[in-house]
Amino acid sequence: MSIEIRNIAKRFGNFVALDNISLDIPGGELVALLGPSGCGKTTLLRIIAGMEMADSGQVLFSGNEATHLHTRERQVGFVFQHYALFRHMTVFENVAFGLRVKPRGERPSEAKIRAKVFELLKLVQLDWFAERYPSQLSGGQRQRIALARALAVEPKVLLLDEPFGALDTQVRKELRRWLRQLHDEMHISSVFVTHDQEEALEVADRVVVMNRGHIEQAGSPDEVYSNPATPFVYRFLGNVNVFHSRMHGPWAEVAPREQDGKAAEATAFVRPHDIEILRQETGGALAASVRHVQAIGPVVRVELGHQGEVIEVELSRERQQQLGLVNGDPVWLMPKQATVFGEGEARRWAPDWVI
Amino acid sequence: MSRTQHNVLPGFRLSLGYAVTYLSLLVLIPLGALIAKSMSLTAGEFWQIATGERALAAYRVTFGAALLAAVVNAVFGFIVAWVLVRYPFPGKRFVDALVDLPFALPTAVAGITLATLYAGTGWIGRFLEPLGVKVAFTPLGIVVALIFIGLPFVVRTLQPVIEDFEPEVEEAAATLGASRMQTLVRVLLPQLLPAWLTGFALAFARSVGEYGSVIFIAGNMPMVSEITPLLIVSKLEQYDLPGATVLAVVMLVISFVLLLAINLLQWFAATRHSGRAAVEPAITLPRTAEVAV
Repeated sequence: MSIEIRNIAKRFGNFVALDNISLDIPGGELVALLGPSGCGKTTLLRIIAGMEMADSGQVLFSGNEATHLHTRERQVGFVFQHYALFRHMTVFENVAFGLRVKPRGERPSEAKIRAKVFELLKLVQLDWFAERYPSQLSGGQRQRIALARALAVEPKVLLLDEPFGALDTQVRKELRRWLRQLHDEMHISSVFVTHDQEEALEVADRVVVMNRGHIEQAGSPDEVYSNPATPFVYRFLGNVNVFHSRMHGPWAEVAPREQDGKAAEATAFVRPHDIEILRQETGGALAASVRHVQAIGPVVRVELGHQGEVIEVELSRERQQQLGLVNGDPVWLMPKQATVFGEGEARRWAPDWVI
Repeated sequence: MSRTQHNVLPGFRLSLGYAVTYLSLLVLIPLGALIAKSMSLTAGEFWQIATGERALAAYRVTFGAALLAAVVNAVFGFIVAWVLVRYPFPGKRFVDALVDLPFALPTAVAGITLATLYAGTGWIGRFLEPLGVKVAFTPLGIVVALIFIGLPFVVRTLQPVIEDFEPEVEEAAATLGASRMQTLVRVLLPQLLPAWLTGFALAFARSVGEYGSVIFIAGNMPMVSEITPLLIVSKLEQYDLPGATVLAVVMLVISFVLLLAINLLQWFAATRHSGRAAVEPAITLPRTAEVAV
C-alpha cells in the first residue's frame, strides 16, 4: 500500500514539529526517516499511524483519504522503541491479541488463532517461548515479539519507531538484517524512524533525511551519502571536514571565483576518506602537521592540525604503511573530491590532479 | 549463625531485629495479651459467648457492611482515581485533596455529619425518604459511613499504578484494532488487579475496625444495626471483660483469615502477571535459547 503525505504541518505550542511536509512512499518500499532528535521524524510516523493529528495537511493510503481515520481503522502495524508489550500476557497472548479483539463476525476460530500465532512465532524464531511472559525475554526477543504482534493483524503498512534504539550493537545489527529480510518476504510498505545513519543506510530502500520539521533530502542510501543536497545532510551522514573558502587560501579554487573583488561566501565539505595525504608539497596542497594517528578496525584515522584547526582524514591501513605517519610530521593535503555550497546551488568539485 | 549470607545491603540483622521488636511491642504483644485473657474462659464458655445470638448478628452487620462498602469503594474509587489521573479539569488539585479528607476528619464528625444529612429531615435524606429509602439509623447508614471512610484507600493505591501506565501500551492496543473498551478490559484492568486488591483489602480492613463514625449513624439497634466493636464496648461498660475479649478474638481471627486470603490472591495476581516467581525456573534454561537473538 502506498502512503502519500501532503503538506502536513504540526505544532506543539510554539514548537514547529513538522513544517509543511510532503512525501510519497510507494507500496513495498522500506523507507527510513532519519534525523537528529527533535527533527519531527517520530511525529510524522505517529501522524501516519493516526496517533497524532496533524494541524493541517492530508494523509492518503493507496490514494484514499485517511487523515481522520482512527488508529484502529488504519490497519497499520506499529512497533515501539520500548516494545510496549502487554506485560500481563504470555508471548502467545500478546501475539494473539489483535486477532482476539476483532469483531465477533471477523474473529478467527481458536484453532485458527493458534495456527496463526505459531506461524508468526516461527517467523520471528521464538515459537518455543509461547508460554513465557515478556519480562522473561531479552530486549531483542521482546522486539521480535512486538513485531510478530504487529504482523498478526496483517497490516498494510508497518511503522517502526526507533525499533532497535534500546538494543545493544550486536543484537541491533542482527535484527536490522532480519527486518530487511522480513520486509522483503511480507510484501508490505514499511517506514522506520531512526537517528542512526548507519542503520538507515544499511536497511532502507530510501532514506528521508529530516531536520527541524523539514525534509532535507530523500533518496537512495547511496544518493544521500555521496550526493548530499544540503550542508546539513553532509554533516549528518558521516564525518566531514568543513573548509571556508576565504580561510584556506591554497584551496581557493574550491570556492567560487571572486566577483567584483569580493570573495563570495562558500563552504567546502570534504569527507575524511576523500583527502589524500602527501609527503611532498604539491601545488595547491594545504600544509598541515600530524597530531594524532589511531587505527580503528580497517581504517586509520589521522588528525591533522592546520592553522589551529583540526582536519580529520581516514586512510586505508596500506596507505598508512606506505606513509608511516607519526605525530608531528609535516604533510600536505589534497582533496580527492569536495562539495561546495555557495549562495546558489551545490557544486561538485574534483581536481584534475590524480595521485 | 554459622552460615553468613552476603547481601549487598548492609544492616540486615539490625533492621530485622528492629522490625521484629517494633512489631512485637505494637502488634504481637497486645494481641497475644488479648488472646491470653480470653483463655481464662473454658472452651464451652468461649463458644457460648462467641456464638451468642446478638454476637452473630453483630458479626453479620460488621463484616457484611464492611464487605459491601469495600466493593462499592473498589468500583467508585477506581473511577475517581481514573478521572484524577487521566483527565485535566479545573479544580483537579482541589478534588485530589478532598479525597484525603476522610483520613483526617475525626470519625465522629463524619458520623454526625452523615447522620444529619441522611436523616429523614436532612438535606439528602428528605429526598430519599419519599422513595422509601431510609439511610440514617439503619444498616444502610453503616454502609454509607464505611464507604466514606474507606474511599481514600482505594483511590490512593490505584492512582500511582494508573499514572505508571505507559501510553504506548494503549496505543499498541489501538493499532491492533482494539476499541477503548477492549483496551480497558483486556489491557489496563488486568495490570491494575494487584493494586486494586490491595486497595480493597485496606478499605475492608479499615471498615471492619471502624467505630467512631458508625455509632452515630447506625442507630445501634441490637440484632439489626449493632456492629461488633460497639457490642464489645457495651460489654466493657458492663464490666464483662471476658465477654469483650472473646468477641475481640473472634473479630481478630475472622479479619486475619480474610486479609490473608486477599493477600494470597493479590500475590497470585502479581506474580502471575509479571511472570516472576511463578515461572522462575524458566530463567535457568540453557543459554542456547539466547543465541538466536
